[in-house]
Amino acid sequence: MHKSLFISSGFHLGIILLSILTLPFISKPIDVPPLISVELIQIADFTNIPYAPKAKKIIEKNKKKNEKLASDQAPPKKIKKEENKEVNLDKKNEIIKELAAKKTPTPEKKLKKVKKEKLESIAMPDKKKEKVQLEEEKKQKPSKEIKKDKDLKKITTLKKPNIKDVKVKQVSEFEKKELFDPNNIAALIDKSMEDFGETNKKKNKISQSQDSSMDNSKLTLSEEDALKAQIFGCWSVPLGLPYNENLLVRIKLKLKPDGTLIKTEILDHARMNMPGQGFFKVLAESALRAVQLCQPLRVPTSGYERWKDLQLNFDAREMLGG
Amino acid sequence: MDKLKLLTIICLLFLLKTTNSYSLIEVDITRGNLNPLPVAVSPLFQDNKSKNEFQRELNLDDLGSEISKVVENNLKQSGLFNPLSKDAFLQKPDIAHLKPRFEDWALIKAQALITGKVSIDNGKLKVEFRLWDVLAGREMLALAFTTVPNNWRRVGHIITDKVYERLTGEKGYFDTRIIYVSEEGLKTQRVKKLAIMDQDGFNTKYLTLGNELVLTPRFNPTNQMVTYLSYFRNLPRVYLLDIETGIQEVVGDFPGMTFAPRFSPDGKKIIMSFAKDGKSDIYVMDLENRIVEQITNHPSIDTSPSYSPDGKYITFNSDRSGYQQIYVMKSDGSNVKRISFGNGLYGTPVWSPRGDLIAFTKLHKGKFFIGVMRTDGKGERLLTENFYQEAPSWSPNGRVLIFYRETKTNEKGEGFSAKLWSIDLTGYNERLVETQTDASDPSWSSLLSN
Repeated sequence: MHKSLFISSGFHLGIILLSILTLPFISKPIDVPPLISVELIQIADFTNIPYAPKAKKIIEKNKKKNEKLASDQAPPKKIKKEENKEVNLDKKNEIIKELAAKKTPTPEKKLKKVKKEKLESIAMPDKKKEKVQLEEEKKQKPSKEIKKDKDLKKITTLKKPNIKDVKVKQVSEFEKKELFDPNNIAALIDKSMEDFGETNKKKNKISQSQDSSMDNSKLTLSEEDALKAQIFGCWSVPLGLPYNENLLVRIKLKLKPDGTLIKTEILDHARMNMPGQGFFKVLAESALRAVQLCQPLRVPTSGYERWKDLQLNFDAREMLGG
Repeated sequence: MDKLKLLTIICLLFLLKTTNSYSLIEVDITRGNLNPLPVAVSPLFQDNKSKNEFQRELNLDDLGSEISKVVENNLKQSGLFNPLSKDAFLQKPDIAHLKPRFEDWALIKAQALITGKVSIDNGKLKVEFRLWDVLAGREMLALAFTTVPNNWRRVGHIITDKVYERLTGEKGYFDTRIIYVSEEGLKTQRVKKLAIMDQDGFNTKYLTLGNELVLTPRFNPTNQMVTYLSYFRNLPRVYLLDIETGIQEVVGDFPGMTFAPRFSPDGKKIIMSFAKDGKSDIYVMDLENRIVEQITNHPSIDTSPSYSPDGKYITFNSDRSGYQQIYVMKSDGSNVKRISFGNGLYGTPVWSPRGDLIAFTKLHKGKFFIGVMRTDGKGERLLTENFYQEAPSWSPNGRVLIFYRETKTNEKGEGFSAKLWSIDLTGYNERLVETQTDASDPSWSSLLSN
């Protein structure tokens, strides 16, 4: 009798101990992270809507500016290597002359260096070239080791040039070289591109894996907008329609991958010949003309299976009644 | 056996689940453009035999081309179509009429194509035409007419009406006529005659000699009768004129001045103003039994009455509120309601044949406006503004208004002119209507061919 009691209590104790040791919430309070609701909105990677003309101009301007900056400050490696040396030399000469004239306070060492170079360049241009190359190589090497943060800072400082400091910067060409190396930037850009590529790949992978979970029955916002904008331009709305009637015509399209039409079908075809619905025929024909005129339609470049069958709902009420 | 069935069902279900199913993507198109539709009007083809006949009878080298020009001009004037230049056409009229090469017409951006053929048969002009949908590559309409050769311009107008109706969904207004007051001479000594012409300004005819002053002619919506105001023995009276026979008569025997006449929509009554003792009221006369009925009775000036298309309501202008404003009442004179409340004076209200709008003239800050408002007075839209313009009249489809506009004279009293103008409901398509002389008080007829 006592023996069985001991066995039972022993088992019970064992189970309690096990539960204490294995179940974490008994020893620690449960740390439930707060819920964050995430809404998935389908947006294409690239918008298909053309820029507004004003915005486009501004963007192009900025691009040109950036290009200018890049060409002034970061000339491409191969072609401009030699040219730059000459240009730099000329510049250096000018700078030195300016320095001499203006007597601007510059570090003596640098001035000496410049003078040295100048003399050498005049006397032995080949040697000078080699030297400059060597210098560049030297600068290239550490630049690779420079951390991203530093480089980014440099870029930001380059992107926002202080107008007051422009002259000083022009004067201190070597300082500029120290701060900014074109190869460095190129490397950065390449790296960023690589990163972007990687993230893109990652994104693609994610999107593909998420594809099944995402809602496939819709076009993304920009895809839909692009298609709408195209058809808006093609649809000449018949102005004589009675605006207090049902002015909705639904057209089903079968499309080729390039957006051209294979087949069109008016869904409410029975209304075409109904008495008192003569306007529907006019409306349906105008919608068909719009689709024909617009083809090839601006459909997404991928996911053909998704949009090979498309339904367009043309509604003239807003145009005529509103 | 049952197990096999169950297995197949399970397999099918599995297959259904694994295959990607996409529901149909729907895109709502709620906007379009209002650009004129590009239309190619190919010259109507004629054979050599007919050509000689036309030359002999009508003194026209190429009647087919002339008819196509009428159609083209009408479509252009409407503002809804853009007829393409014939120089760009790649296909000859005869082949195009049989079977158009749609690619060629699509190449010049035409969305619709009109082709046709004219011939003469036993002294009768036979015209057939087809309307093609270039983009869909199919025929939309095909009709043939037979008439007397002199009617060739009307054939052009009828073709336009049919094309317009087929492409816009509403009736056309091209096979119509406009009656107006033709004006000649100095401003102080104007000779005013009743004149009638096609809506495009051709075939002008004068109905009166100009001995008496005539004003405000109005078409009967159902036939070729006209009512107008004329001074007889220096007393203004409302007259009725049959254009076909030229017979005219005085409407009613009123002991005073009657003016601003207009037909009821069924053409059986004339509604007008009758002025007596410094006030004017609205009266209706039944043309069949000549019974006169007084509609308004107010010590103010009630004038310019116009029926709604269903004949149940009348709109008119009155100064009973102290200023000239627009009112609506039931056709028996009850339930009078003011509908214009904007700044300025409102007059000459005309109910649209569609029934949804009332056109009016507005005077505000020394300028005259032609505008439209809904029948409850809401949604006022001013379509055009000028130094002096008034008397709007609706086209039979309620899409276009015709009115007249006078120009300022200089200090010597020179430079005065009165011209007819038309404007559509959008307010953008404003056009001068060519007339042989100066013109005022236009009235649009209903469609001649229904």
